[in-house]
Amino acid sequence: MNGKRRGLHEAIAENVRDGDAVALGLALESGIPFAAVHEIIRQRKKDLSLIGPISDMAFDQLIGAGTAGRVIAAWVGNVAGGSGYAFRRAVERGIPRAIEVEDHSNFTVGLALKAAAMGLPYLPTFTGIGGDIVKDHPRVRPVTDPFGGPSLLAVGALRPDVAIVHVQRADEDGNAHLWGNLGLVVEAAYSARRIILTCEEIVPRDVIRSDPNRTQIPGFLVNAVVEEPGGALPASVQGYWRRDFAPFLDYHRRSSTVGGFQAWLQEWVLDLPDRGAYLQRLGQPALARLRVREERLAAPANFAP
Amino acid sequence: MSEGYTPRELMVVAAGREIHDLEVVFVGMRLPLLGFGLAKATHAPGAIGLFENGVIRDRPAEAFIYTMGDPPNIAGAVACVRLLDVMSLLQQGRVDVGFLGGAEIDPMGNLNTTKTMPGGQLVRLPGSGGAGDIASLAGRTVLIMDHEPRRFKEHVAYITSPGHHADRRRGGPATLITTLGVFDLRQGRFRVNSLHPGVTAAAVRAATAFEVELDDSVETTTPPSAEELAYIRHADPEGFWTGDPVRNG
Repeated sequence: MNGKRRGLHEAIAENVRDGDAVALGLALESGIPFAAVHEIIRQRKKDLSLIGPISDMAFDQLIGAGTAGRVIAAWVGNVAGGSGYAFRRAVERGIPRAIEVEDHSNFTVGLALKAAAMGLPYLPTFTGIGGDIVKDHPRVRPVTDPFGGPSLLAVGALRPDVAIVHVQRADEDGNAHLWGNLGLVVEAAYSARRIILTCEEIVPRDVIRSDPNRTQIPGFLVNAVVEEPGGALPASVQGYWRRDFAPFLDYHRRSSTVGGFQAWLQEWVLDLPDRGAYLQRLGQPALARLRVREERLAAPANFAP
Repeated sequence: MSEGYTPRELMVVAAGREIHDLEVVFVGMRLPLLGFGLAKATHAPGAIGLFENGVIRDRPAEAFIYTMGDPPNIAGAVACVRLLDVMSLLQQGRVDVGFLGGAEIDPMGNLNTTKTMPGGQLVRLPGSGGAGDIASLAGRTVLIMDHEPRRFKEHVAYITSPGHHADRRRGGPATLITTLGVFDLRQGRFRVNSLHPGVTAAAVRAATAFEVELDDSVETTTPPSAEELAYIRHADPEGFWTGDPVRNG
């Protein structure tokens, strides 16, 4: 196919391979690309390394479905409920499979991505000194300040094979406007070998060029652009979708047992062919409640030369 | 209504009192989020709030939020920058106070949110998030925890968020607010500042696996004022964070 426009199925099939290091959930609680997460599960990808700061329940779902062999993250759980039960089962009992965990803080996982984005082997920091996260850590080593200051920690570069990012709007070349929470989106996008962009809407190129400071990801870095409205639900998307609280609590409750998790997975992922079917299952009343209809527009910025 | 309040409302008030006017605050979720709003509405109108997702606010969110990423926390923010930008301010020393919680705490104020080993059986917890960074780099930290024997240990099973230690460059735990009282953790001591109304010294000793400095003249935590309670119930109308079936007073 010419160009970068893809359906989500093709975008995942072409760009996520077994064993890949996949960064997602990078804006923290908002804009989590849940549609892509569920497609990865449907395509039964395996041995993935999941990279992110706090992934809310996205990593828990990927782990419970057996797609992940490793997690490189600062926090894995469910923000609404606390613990991620699938993560716990995998770490504590190897169910459905054992996983390796590379623990980070938000700062250190961010520095690891930033180092890769800058083309550097590592970045130094003072964070974590005196704690256990940085002890015997595969990606953290003590380092001396060549200018004679106090000793630091070096956080080694981390380059994802693919970053998956959900944004408000993009053009068909993948130039992406994102506003609201940024988290580690830009660092992950700039460091990743490939980028899959899912967006609320594809807009004309002129819309992107009207406001270049809002372009957080330039399209020449992007491999696939997927128009997937509602593709982050139940996470929020500023100006498009409110956070849908009930699914986080429902998942938290049901995933506390293996059987409950499997039933949830069947109902909300495996039995549904795509995101359209997910939205249909949510139903019109829920979608009407979640969709942002009010406008609170930014003042225009004059870019006249 | 001011004579009746929940233990969590008292903890929010105690958290708010730890924020001074014009300070830069690394705000957590749950009780500290309400404490920040309360401080802004009362004694610290000039405080600035930073959130680890990159949001910078000089006023509380206009509507109830469950997470720092919720749309009402972005609308009306002064800036939405990147995670590394706010972490960099923290590393520079430009954040006065940060709030933290934990599953376990020890006398040095080390916090564990990574894993516990009750009866030798591994229990995996979610991990650090930004807590380890706030603990390492803020000018001082205020810790908020439920005061239970299984949480107050001589040694935590894992140090997610470092407390006082020899290599510390700045800050460290300053105050601990629990369901029983307010404690002074500066310089690595563990001393009672005040006990909440109705709480005895014996109750604190029974819930703490290590020595607590506690003298006879210990004060009682000042209960929430009518103004403070009015703010909390406006900000958390359903009692989602602060509701509690057991009411004091």
